[in-house]
Amino acid sequence: MNTTTTQSPPPPPTDRIEPSSSQKTVVRPGDRIFSGLSKGSGIALLAIMAAIATFLAYRAALALSENKANFLTYEEWLPQNTPPMFGIATLAFGTVVSSVIAMVLAVPVAIGIALFISHYAPRKLAAPLAYLVDLLAAVPSIVYGLWGALILVPHLDGLNKWLDEYLGWTYIFDKSGTGPARSLFTVGILLAIMILPIITNVTREVFLQVPRMHEEAALALGATRWETIRMSVLPFARSGIISASMLGLGRALGETMAVATVLSSNFIISGHLLDPGGGTFAQNIASKFKEATPLGQDALIASGLVLFVITLLVNGAARYIIGRRKEYSGANA
Amino acid sequence: MKLQRNRLRALSLGAVAVTGALVLTACGSDDNSADGNDSGKTDSAAPSNIKCEDAKGQLLASGSSAQDNAMQAWVKAFQEACSGVEINYSPDGSGAGITKWLQGTTAFAGSDSALDEAETADSKKVCKTGQGINLPMVGGPVAIGYNLSGVDNLVLDADTIAKIFDSKIKKWNDPAIAKLNPGVKLPATEIQAFHRSDESGTTQNLGKYLQAAAPKSWKYEPDKAWAAEGGQSASGSSGVASQVKNTDGAIGYFELSYAKSNNIPAVKVETGASQPVEATTDTASAGIAAAKVVGTGKDLSLELDYNTKADGAYPIILVTYEIVCDKGNKADALPTIKSFLNYTASEEGQKILSDAGYAPLPDEIATKVREIVPTLA
Amino acid sequence: MSQTTVVSDRSPVFSSARLPRWAPAVIAVASVVLSIGISLAAGWESRVQWGLIAALLFVIGTYAVTARIEGPRQAKDRVATSLVWVCFILAVVPLLSLAWTTISNGAQVVDGYFLSHSMNGVLNSDPGGGVYHALLGTIEQVLIATVIAAPIGLLTAVYLVEYGKGALARAVTFFVDVMTGIPSIVAGLFVLSFWILILGFSFSGFAGSMALAILMMPVVVRSTEEMLKLVPNELREASLALGVPKWKTIMKIVIPTAIGGITTGVMLAVARITGETAPVLLLVFGSKIINNNPFEGAQSSLPLYVYQEYAIGTEQSIDRAWGAALTLIAFVMILNLVARGIARWKAPKTGR
Repeated sequence: MNTTTTQSPPPPPTDRIEPSSSQKTVVRPGDRIFSGLSKGSGIALLAIMAAIATFLAYRAALALSENKANFLTYEEWLPQNTPPMFGIATLAFGTVVSSVIAMVLAVPVAIGIALFISHYAPRKLAAPLAYLVDLLAAVPSIVYGLWGALILVPHLDGLNKWLDEYLGWTYIFDKSGTGPARSLFTVGILLAIMILPIITNVTREVFLQVPRMHEEAALALGATRWETIRMSVLPFARSGIISASMLGLGRALGETMAVATVLSSNFIISGHLLDPGGGTFAQNIASKFKEATPLGQDALIASGLVLFVITLLVNGAARYIIGRRKEYSGANA
Repeated sequence: MKLQRNRLRALSLGAVAVTGALVLTACGSDDNSADGNDSGKTDSAAPSNIKCEDAKGQLLASGSSAQDNAMQAWVKAFQEACSGVEINYSPDGSGAGITKWLQGTTAFAGSDSALDEAETADSKKVCKTGQGINLPMVGGPVAIGYNLSGVDNLVLDADTIAKIFDSKIKKWNDPAIAKLNPGVKLPATEIQAFHRSDESGTTQNLGKYLQAAAPKSWKYEPDKAWAAEGGQSASGSSGVASQVKNTDGAIGYFELSYAKSNNIPAVKVETGASQPVEATTDTASAGIAAAKVVGTGKDLSLELDYNTKADGAYPIILVTYEIVCDKGNKADALPTIKSFLNYTASEEGQKILSDAGYAPLPDEIATKVREIVPTLA
Repeated sequence: MSQTTVVSDRSPVFSSARLPRWAPAVIAVASVVLSIGISLAAGWESRVQWGLIAALLFVIGTYAVTARIEGPRQAKDRVATSLVWVCFILAVVPLLSLAWTTISNGAQVVDGYFLSHSMNGVLNSDPGGGVYHALLGTIEQVLIATVIAAPIGLLTAVYLVEYGKGALARAVTFFVDVMTGIPSIVAGLFVLSFWILILGFSFSGFAGSMALAILMMPVVVRSTEEMLKLVPNELREASLALGVPKWKTIMKIVIPTAIGGITTGVMLAVARITGETAPVLLLVFGSKIINNNPFEGAQSSLPLYVYQEYAIGTEQSIDRAWGAALTLIAFVMILNLVARGIARWKAPKTGR
């Protein structure tokens, strides 16, 4: 089972064969063409990337130079006004909050499912389950959006009412109306459901890599199954779990269509998470872009750039953690 | 040897996949989708006198979602009459329509508001020899739709509407509402006011109306983006309509056609006329009749009178323009544009509007449009 | 559902009291019944809530009972077990609901007519119509995207694994990582401004394909890289030692060995871009009519179709949205299954 995503099975020795250049052999034309081709496509890829980055930066700069408000702290999005004013505070807030909710809900559950598949489920169930989770990771986000808007939102009414009634004193769960649950909280739940398969998938693979010996040793010492997991499986898998979560977070941050269909967006920062409102970077771009003026488009691109940078940082962190783990567990590979 | 064979197998597998896709592309090509035999109960326009002339090929247009339902009906009738013509109207919103048209990627734009000066100046780039003009084509009432169990006859005036959408009135049994609806038992349900999350000419028209008719309660400049505080949002008229339909205590604004197709009751508006005016195609036509043409030359942009107190004239109206070049339209698209707009402005074209919840143009304006369309170049 | 097999010989204390094997089942049933009771009594309607209460009761109940009979260590173990089960069920419920609603709503709509007709002349509130034009658009766009992205991705991976050294390789690796993080809508924006606004081409399926290709490339590079790394060096060395040129070694030895994994990677990438909505939304314009030519004129695509029909919001169009969602899922799933089939069939023979 490979999951093309980015987690890496401990790589086999990657030392390359030195091309026999040291011996000054004949360089065949075929070789030159082929290496040129592959190098060329590497460069092409770089060029595309550079083009995208330049373009984003250029248009974002256009927008920012016109902006009369503080881009980072202003809460409204009014690029069409005559001094154009727009800021990403609300978007950043909504993006972070919905992603955090998604992570808080999804990570423990994903670990649970991964454990279930790797350690608890009856053998016969485990393989098909793993397969199923793999498939679910491939469900297009627009389908999640459709399901979220038409099925999940009405079903969360009860939960919202309950949270409001019994946990309303926490401020966060204080709901000021009876409106439908098209809130950041709901978005968080939907995102959690969406990233669950991805995190589960990667985590499960990490669990499977835990050296058998560690577990058997723990069991032999009389540990219960939970103690075995806590003492030998989880510590080994910790960095793997973190990087899996980061991957999930990356997807949650950039999710567009599912959020756009579910959220009742506006530009108000509110700590009452159950109230409809708020917005995320990607959702804002998708729902505003078509109607935007040229400057408005540039402004949206500027916000896209911010999202891009955030995603980059998150993915980079995941990559870094995976990289460290490689060294740390190199002996087990 | 083995490796060789593996590779061959993989290759053949790829080949099978590709040919499979190609076969699907070629054979399933069922273009008889217009076989309305199955689905054509709706206004199949009788044997038409649509003049196709040289219309051919594909025409791209985009813009106002307010006229989407009208456009769908027109396109359907037109394509049935003129084979070989494809018209793609994409209801992206007025602003998007204008932007795309100014970029030269579409043949015409549909918009709820006329081009402003800057846009008209911009349009000289696209039109080369001419400039953009606004041709009013569809009128329509903006219905204030609501969903309140037990209430199916609700009267509001501009002031209460403004306060409701500004979250100043929060309960359905507010005295201000009760005063306008004597004898109606209003529940204490909370009001869920829905507005558009995208920018829209519909929002702008509602804003203009509220600013004109309730200046004290509505302090916001009419804009395509929603300006007031609070409330909930949904994307597109259809989005607002479906939210209103599914939420008890909801109120929202959208074109009457959306209210009709979703069976949402609409508010009757107290305008100062002898009795509250219902949103219908007729009352909207009456409202539009009070409009003045303010465009010059071939431009027919209108100034609507939102403050009308005439009996049976519905005040919250919008007129959707088709925006084209007076001269310098793309040569290959021109015959199709002319033929299509000729049809939409014709009596026949205007007639199917009221079935779809739109208001036909008043005769005076329609006549002017009919004069101008054939002169497009 | 019930048998949480606790393998009894793992218990260190051989004589301790143990719960009978049916105990978890009983606790589960009891907590479900209790939660229904509580919810009914309190007048809560949400099923989600019922489920949560039941789950909570189950965990608490298990702990209480086990702690009483088997001691705290075992109790913790039991709780962990039941938590894991609860997690599993918690997650399965929404995912099953998703699958079930899509299938049951979609199945009512999807039939031969739906799959073989376009939306030409179908009004928003009309029933009928179909997805043929969208399906066709998706297939063409994805195919073109694959034709663009797969070779570049493959060759880049070959470069990274077989040739790459030094600054260029590091830069490529880094930017491939960066590219995986591009929000899909940003890729759409890029193609829109560059291809359509600056170069002046019009909306077309091809424009959509380019954005999809941008999204696909890094995925292909990543997965191919992993696969090529799995090819044992002995194979390369043996080939080179026989005097086979390096390019031939790669073409005839390295790639064929990894071809299963590479194909799988490419197909999974294809499956991923098939469901992309945002870039397509900006680039293909959308159409109700069948357009066989992806290089000219407006096209539609399945995800876009789902979104548009959802946005229209009439009963008929929501039905169509479900139908298209089912078609889309089926399409993606088939690709996935084929990819995994290939992976299993030709798992890299690395001796690992």
